[in-house]
Amino acid sequence: MKTAITLSLGFLVALTLCGRAAGQDLQFPKTVEAGRAFSVPTTGSGKATLYVVGPTQVLRREVSLGENIAFARGEMANAGHYTAFLTGSSTATADFDVTPVSQPSSISFLAKPSRLAVDLPNGISGVAYVFDVFRNLILQPTPVSFQLSGANSAVQVQKVETKNGVAWVKMNSATRSGPAQFEAEAGGVVDKRVIEQVPGDPCNLRMTARADGDRVALETDPVRDCSGNPVPDGTIISFTESYNGETSTVDAPLKRGVAKTDLPAYKGATITVAAGVVMGNEIRWQ
Amino acid sequence: MGRLLAVIILIVTLLLVVIGTVWPDKAALAMMVGTRARTIHRATSPEAAAQILLSDISARDWPSAYSRLANKSEFSEDQFERDLTGGYPSLRSHATVDSFDLHPLHATNDEAEIRADLHWSTVVGDFQESRALKVVRNGDTWAVDWPLTKEQHVPPQVIAVNYLRWDVIYRGPEDDWGTQDVEAPHIRIVDMNPVGRPDEVAVMGEILNEDVVPAYVTVKATLLRKDGSAIATEDAFDKICHTLLPKQVSPFRIDFPNARLADVDSVRMQPTSSLVAASADPVVEIEDQKLNASSRPTLSGELVNQSGQIVNIAHVLGTFYDNRGQLQWVSDGYVNRALLPRIPAAFAISIPPDVVSKVNTYRVTTTTFTSHQYQ
Repeated sequence: MKTAITLSLGFLVALTLCGRAAGQDLQFPKTVEAGRAFSVPTTGSGKATLYVVGPTQVLRREVSLGENIAFARGEMANAGHYTAFLTGSSTATADFDVTPVSQPSSISFLAKPSRLAVDLPNGISGVAYVFDVFRNLILQPTPVSFQLSGANSAVQVQKVETKNGVAWVKMNSATRSGPAQFEAEAGGVVDKRVIEQVPGDPCNLRMTARADGDRVALETDPVRDCSGNPVPDGTIISFTESYNGETSTVDAPLKRGVAKTDLPAYKGATITVAAGVVMGNEIRWQ
Repeated sequence: MGRLLAVIILIVTLLLVVIGTVWPDKAALAMMVGTRARTIHRATSPEAAAQILLSDISARDWPSAYSRLANKSEFSEDQFERDLTGGYPSLRSHATVDSFDLHPLHATNDEAEIRADLHWSTVVGDFQESRALKVVRNGDTWAVDWPLTKEQHVPPQVIAVNYLRWDVIYRGPEDDWGTQDVEAPHIRIVDMNPVGRPDEVAVMGEILNEDVVPAYVTVKATLLRKDGSAIATEDAFDKICHTLLPKQVSPFRIDFPNARLADVDSVRMQPTSSLVAASADPVVEIEDQKLNASSRPTLSGELVNQSGQIVNIAHVLGTFYDNRGQLQWVSDGYVNRALLPRIPAAFAISIPPDVVSKVNTYRVTTTTFTSHQYQ
C-alpha cells in the first residue's frame, strides 16, 4: 500500500514537472549504498525545491542552487530505485539506485521440520534470508554457512551462496535421537533453531509372558528403533490374545521404555504384540 | 376483511386440532400414553403394572416408581435410582427412556413374567436395555418385583499412577516470523475403502499417528464425480478415535447418506492433525471379544479399566476385515455405565447382517471420556 501511494505521488510529481524539466542535470551517483551520507552538487543560483521519490519514501527539500545538496546518514535507507526532481528557476531530473549494505545484519532462518525421525536423508530443510542493518534483503551473492550439530552425532556443515537474497540447504537427520542445533551464519551473524530428532518405528519388538494367577502378565523388552534409540514413553503397544474364536486386546503405552499388561490366561491362546504397523513376536500360551 | 381472516384462522385451527387428534405425532402419543398410564393408580393386570412402573421411570419420577414396587423392602429408593441412572456419572446419568415395549413371557393367577425392552435416548444416540420383570399379585392389584442390578463399588483406596502426560507450548507473539512453531503431528491414512450401501456410501479406513506426540485427528472426505465436481463432503464425526497417542491406529467411517457408489469416480481424503495435550491413561483392556452372528449380528465383549481413574463414558470402535485383510466395515457403540477400576463392563456393537458373513477378523479399540478430561 505504502509503495503504491509513493509511486502514485511520484508519478503526479513527475507529471507536474516533466513539462518544465529541461536544461540542468542533477549530479546524483548511479548507485548509493543504503543509509550512506552523500551530497549532490547543483549549478545556477536562486532557490529550488528537490523531490526524491523512492520505495516507501518521498523527500522534499528546499535547496539553494549552486550549493551541494547533502543527504545525512540513514536518510535513504530503503533499497530500490529512486527518482529526483528539481524544480525552481531551473528544472532537472535524475534516477539512481539505493543498494543494500553488503554486510549482513540479520538472518531470517526457516528450519523445517522442527521434529523428525532419525536417519532420514534430506529430511531437514533450512532456508536463510539475509538482511542488512536496514532490513533490506541483500541481493548480492552472500556466503551462508549452515551447520547441524547434535550431542551424539557428527557435525554437518554446508556452505552455499545466496541467490536473490536466499540460501537454502537440505540435510540428513542423525542416527541418534535428541535435539540438534541448526545454525545459519552469514557475515558473522548467526541464527539458531532446534530440531528434535526422534526415534523411528520400533524395531525387533519382543515381549515375554509369565503366569500370574488366572492371568498372563505380558511385558515387552525395552523398545528401540532400528538405530537403537529408545522409543519414547507413551508410544502405544497393542497386545492381542486369540483363543477359541474370541479375542482380547489391550493398547498399553510404553512407560519407562517397556509396555506391560495382563490378559486372561487361556491354554492354547495365541498372543501377539504390535506397535502401529510394526508386528512383534508371537507367543503360544500353554 | 378482518372478519374473513378471523374465520379462516378459526377453520385452520380446528382443522389442525382434528388432524392432531386423529393422526397424533409419535412423540406426543408416547407422552400421552405415559401420562394416561401414570394417572392409573391401580394395576389390575401384570401388563398394567409394568406399564405404570415404566411410565414413571420414563418421567424420571423415582419416588412414584419406587412406591409401586413389590420388593421395595429389598433395597432403598436411592439404590433403585442408581440402578437406572448409574452410580457414577455416565451416559445413563442424562439419558431418558424414550419408549418401551412389553413382551409377556408367561403368566399364572398370582405371578407373571414380562420382558421389558427399554429404549434409552442419549446425546450420542440411543441404546436398548432388556429387563425380565417378575410381576406378582397382591390382592386385586399387581406390582413389579424390580430386578435390581447392584452396581459394583470400588472400595475407598489410593491407587498410585505413573502418570504420563503431554502438554504443548506454542509460538508466542514476540517470536520472529522465522521461528518455527511446534510441528503438527505426522499422521497417515494406512487403509481406505469406499463401500456402497443400499441407502448410502460409506468411506472407511484406518489412520495412524506415526509421530512421537499425541495427535488430535479428523478425517474429511469428498466424493467426486467423473467431471471432478463434488457430490458431497462429510467427516467422520464420532466414528473415529480423535485423540491418537504415538503409533496408535484408529478406524474411521464417513457416511454419505443418499449417495450412490455408481456416481462416484474418486474420493478426496483430507486428514488433519493438531497437537493436543493428552494423557496416556487410562488403559482399557477389551476382553472376550466375540462375533455373534444372528439375525441382528453384534460384536460383544467386556471392557476392563486397568487404570485407577474412573472412566465416565467409553466409546468402542470395531474394525472388520474379510479373509484378504480388506476393510469391510467400521462400527461403534457406547458403554452406558462408568468403567470402574478392574470391574468388567459389557459392550455390544451391531454389524449389518450382509457384512457379518464376509467378516474374517476384527480389531476393537476404545476411546474414553472422563468428567474432567478427554482422552
